[in-house]
Amino acid sequence: MSVIEAQNVSLTFPTADGPVHALSAVNLSIERGDFVSFIGPSGCGKTTLLRSIAALETPTGGSMSVAGRDPDAARKARAYGYVFQAPGLFPWRTIAGNISLPLEIMGFSKSGRAERVARVLDLVELEGFGGKYPWQLSGGMQQRASIARALAFDADILLMDEPFGALDEIVRDRLNEALLQLWRKTGKTIGFVTHSIPEAVYLSTRIVVMSPRPGRITRIIDSPLPAERPLDIRDTPEFIALAHEVREALREGHAHD
Amino acid sequence: MTDGTLPMPAIRSFRLPLAKAAPVVTVLLVIVAIWYAAAIGMNARWERDQAARAGTQIAPSQLVLRTLSQDRPVLPAPHQVAVGLYDGIAGQKITSRRSLVWHAWVTLSATLAGFAIGTAAGSALAIGIVHSRSMDQSVMPWAVASQTVPILAIAPMVIVVLSSMGITGLLPKALIAAWLSFFPVLVGMVKGLRTPDAMQLDQMRSWNASRAHVFWFLRLPASLPYLFASLKVAIAAALVGTIVAELPAGATAGLGARLLSGSYYGQTVQIWAALFTAAALAATLVAVVARVERITLRKMGMQA
Repeated sequence: MSVIEAQNVSLTFPTADGPVHALSAVNLSIERGDFVSFIGPSGCGKTTLLRSIAALETPTGGSMSVAGRDPDAARKARAYGYVFQAPGLFPWRTIAGNISLPLEIMGFSKSGRAERVARVLDLVELEGFGGKYPWQLSGGMQQRASIARALAFDADILLMDEPFGALDEIVRDRLNEALLQLWRKTGKTIGFVTHSIPEAVYLSTRIVVMSPRPGRITRIIDSPLPAERPLDIRDTPEFIALAHEVREALREGHAHD
Repeated sequence: MTDGTLPMPAIRSFRLPLAKAAPVVTVLLVIVAIWYAAAIGMNARWERDQAARAGTQIAPSQLVLRTLSQDRPVLPAPHQVAVGLYDGIAGQKITSRRSLVWHAWVTLSATLAGFAIGTAAGSALAIGIVHSRSMDQSVMPWAVASQTVPILAIAPMVIVVLSSMGITGLLPKALIAAWLSFFPVLVGMVKGLRTPDAMQLDQMRSWNASRAHVFWFLRLPASLPYLFASLKVAIAAALVGTIVAELPAGATAGLGARLLSGSYYGQTVQIWAALFTAAALAATLVAVVARVERITLRKMGMQA
């Protein structure tokens, strides 16, 4: 059963220079437990598509469903956790306090909150850092805390918008590996926006290649890679072939430029 | 994973007290020297006139000495002000009408009441402006206009109108103080409540947070550094407002009344003593707010 479904979705922003077609005729179906990456150059609408799934944008055409209902109802039912490009931790709250924030808003009991905070801190390997303030943590640790926050209320869907884009490559590799482990452990459906080909290939079960003007899907590639992926899988011929295929698809989308 | 915590800034700038005090003392000495020179210059004319009227000559050294010990100098010398201050603060019973402590207390109580009213009004308006589009467009121009009206013109009217309604004492003065102090709070709070960026607001939206949640969990804590900066301006403004409100005829208590009666009777020493008391009061109030700010922000984990 597909968890996220988009049929002929389009989204147009009115601007002073005329309408901008951020999304055009997008058809997509994401199955439960999929790890789907959205990749493409800037302006291809990958973030807009993710935000539409999260009901942070409203498509101007087509239909969309998330967890069996319309995206806004899914948002209100707290069907997804969203990880933004920046950690966005509140400086006046400790790490535990930050992770507990959505739980407070959602009305979890105090003991329920404490139990969940401890569990997700463990999940992102930040046990022992709950009492620290954000400025006391490195950028990578802050982003892991923000992932923990998105996981804390047990949404089945995790939407991530270039979560590691601001981090250096060494930290990014480690976090990618940790994210894969976390995905296997929790069985969540993940939507992941990136502009890095290796990152998309390493993480995904499906790669959605997008192109700009108007923002659209040019190809959806199913990954033949096994679920178990050590970091050195990136040196195998299968990985390199897949990365090549993604690169070709990106180039196709640019053919008319 | 290695411990990625950053070192706490345990070592603050460490300087000898003397090295820290030297620039301050230097500036102070320069000011005092200029002040003495000015006092001699400004008061000399009266001494020369006196001498001319008596048909006597006055030696320069004699002239200097006399300019520094006049009863009603144009500009009292620092030591005269110091004596006046000492006499006003320590030389009287603090319940006496001649005690600067008593006058300062009268002014302080109205200042604090006005500051409280102003802070509450400024915050309430800011919350309204941030949450309501129509308030956003309608309130700010009026708030700005209110500050362009000279307070010296408004204060006597407010005092007179309120006293004709039987309201006298602390409240009218507090209202004038509030008039001046709500504005910085309003401006600072609007700015502070609007600091959360689009991403933080989207984040709250993704959790289906209500407006109340957004306010209590995000906007209010984010605004506190701005609020404290405003409060420091506001409390000084409240003191100015109170003193201005004490100036209109009829007021017999407070530092403003002290200033006015001093100028009526040419008691310049009294004026300067009251001025210095007011300045010390303002400095103390701002320092108290700064202290509360540091404690609060530190408790919230923010580095102040």
